[in-house]
Amino acid sequence: MMAARYVSIWFRHLNTDWFSLRQPSLKAKPFVLRKPSHGRMIVSAVNANAASKGIPIGMTLADARALHPELEIQDDKVDLSDKLLQRLAAWCIRFTPLVAVDAPDGLMLDATGCTHLWGGDAGYLDFIKQKLNERGYDVRLAIAGTAALAWGTARFSTGPLVITEEVWAETFLRLPPEALRLEADVIERLHKLGLHHICQFINMPRASLRRRFGLPFLQRIDMALGRIPEVFNAVQPCEPYQERLPCLEPITTATGIEIALHELLKTLCLRLQQDQKGLRSAILKCYRVDGKMVQVDINTNRPSHHVDHLFKLFVLKLPLIEPALGIELFVLESPRVEAHLPQQEKMWDVLTGTTDALLAELLDRLAGKVGSHTIHRYLPAEHYWPERSLRTAATLEENPSHEWRSDKPRPLQLLQHPEPIQVTAPIPDYPPMLFVYAGKVHKIAKADGPERIEQEWWLQQGEHRDYYRVEDEEGQRYWLFRLGHYDDKTYQWFIHGFFA
Amino acid sequence: MTSLEKSDILARLQSDILRLQRFKPTVSVVRDFELGDLADAFPNRTFPVGHIHEFLATKTEDMATTGGFIAGLLSLFLKSNGTILWVSSTRKLFPPALKNFAVQPDRFIFLDLANEKDVLWAMHEALKCASLTAVIAELSEVTFTESRRLQLAVEQSQVTGFVLRQSSRKPGTTACVSRWRITSLPSEVIDSLPGIGFPTWRVELLRMRNGHTGTWDIQWKAGSLLPVQRAENFHEQNKKAG
Repeated sequence: MMAARYVSIWFRHLNTDWFSLRQPSLKAKPFVLRKPSHGRMIVSAVNANAASKGIPIGMTLADARALHPELEIQDDKVDLSDKLLQRLAAWCIRFTPLVAVDAPDGLMLDATGCTHLWGGDAGYLDFIKQKLNERGYDVRLAIAGTAALAWGTARFSTGPLVITEEVWAETFLRLPPEALRLEADVIERLHKLGLHHICQFINMPRASLRRRFGLPFLQRIDMALGRIPEVFNAVQPCEPYQERLPCLEPITTATGIEIALHELLKTLCLRLQQDQKGLRSAILKCYRVDGKMVQVDINTNRPSHHVDHLFKLFVLKLPLIEPALGIELFVLESPRVEAHLPQQEKMWDVLTGTTDALLAELLDRLAGKVGSHTIHRYLPAEHYWPERSLRTAATLEENPSHEWRSDKPRPLQLLQHPEPIQVTAPIPDYPPMLFVYAGKVHKIAKADGPERIEQEWWLQQGEHRDYYRVEDEEGQRYWLFRLGHYDDKTYQWFIHGFFA
Repeated sequence: MTSLEKSDILARLQSDILRLQRFKPTVSVVRDFELGDLADAFPNRTFPVGHIHEFLATKTEDMATTGGFIAGLLSLFLKSNGTILWVSSTRKLFPPALKNFAVQPDRFIFLDLANEKDVLWAMHEALKCASLTAVIAELSEVTFTESRRLQLAVEQSQVTGFVLRQSSRKPGTTACVSRWRITSLPSEVIDSLPGIGFPTWRVELLRMRNGHTGTWDIQWKAGSLLPVQRAENFHEQNKKAG
């Protein structure tokens, strides 16, 4: 078991930093944000300059203004810090897959097994700090064996920020009680009792600590010591089938993206193959230098771990990726995975059927370009009404539950909507003598019918249809019907299809 | 050298030439005998599978007859588990009717696309997939280059391609192996019974590489494509037999 490492990032002036990014002139001035509270305005955030002038968060705005008339003041935005933290957490996924928002002013990274990629804990922290500073945020980071210790160290430690096995006890004992994330009144009580450092009370009997400060107090201590686990709500739940490829230099070319994709597919497919799984959908996420993320996804008709095939599917979508200034990190993940057992080769089957893998791959490719809604396969449905006599098959393998009917002739070309025609019909229930369709008069030489098809009243209300097969003098064969009874005088004639 | 030997040599040379032109010798997938006179027009008396065939149509009525003829042809060389892809941007084909031409409608996969450009692309992709038996595409126009590309695609996979062209314009040159026009003929009245007889078509073979052109009257009867026996002939034959 690898030793757990947690990084706590403390944004010391999160909201004001964001305002300063938009208005760089604010940076040099003492600057505060205000928000209404209990009928008056209070200071809700301060920048470094204002903090150094002794303006604490929560001071009434009138007091702050009296102290420093030159104070720059703007309205705070509701939920700004939540939104910023969510965005920053998504951005931090490039450092570790497990990132949690640590409201109201921090992030927590589970960096277990990640730091060696940046040359150890110190290099890891430096790199993140440098990157966040470049983005314009004033941060303090610490790395420790437990999340609680990292949190406390980042905010309250005056010593080293990389807490290794050797120094953790010393650092921990020197921290003030605030570093344990306690309730405000508990902290106040501790200070009143003269307990300003953890070392002063850590060795007291647990029973008496519990009696005086409550159970949560002990739990907080246990969390910091790693005796009980802490809940870690990652912003993005870790996909079991995910592959990552960080790039040393930002990738901007299509060839570069293709190479990255191919590498990722190779590793992912190998894993899938070993687990006898195939993916049904995959997402390629590209994290760009400018902090944005672009993604493309593919779907397959049947589970697959065939690198070339999946690559072809992705290639159709790759033009949608805008690299902008460059892509730093590629993540390939497969949210839908199904069992894919190796099939026995059918050597005797020369002409293969619809269950063929090649065919499924072809359909995936087609669906990738033109959408899966364009692919149809039909099975018979037990209805006489022509439009309802077939249904769409759900899969390629599905077999008809009963035979296709061939006792009644059906036209090879069927109009989607029957078109009204003008006819001359001699007497009731006789086929017409001639009809006019698309401006052309067709004299009927031969006819069959009628074949009455009733509406299925449990599905749809309406008149029945009397179908006639007719052949005109040129030998062209049509499918006509009369909607309704001849006697009703409200009947109407339609053309519905063309026979071969 | 006797005449028999000579004709032997000629036949062998002919089949050699065909092989060089990528016509597979006697890939006896089609039961030739069911095509009757029609088969004489084909190289090796075999319907050329693994090639692109072009069908001309001007009206929806022609599309129906062409569809029927193709379905009839397919029924002859479609094994029980073969799959056919039907690509179209304006499909009116009603799948249950295929059953009347002895093919299982559920063996067809339909691809209904937005425009002809996609149809051409999809057909080209599909023709490269050897698991398909045939690909049928409804395209109004196809240029020589495009048809050449399609032809090249099938040479590896041996899929048979059918291009259905519904257009009133004069068809240009294409690289397709054959060009057909199927129009409807009045069906025959059997023994002055009322109603419509078997589907009857005039089959015009306008072009057939390494074969012959010709015109036949064909009807779909009892699950096969049969030449129409004209009523008078029919009676004469009866007389002779009787």
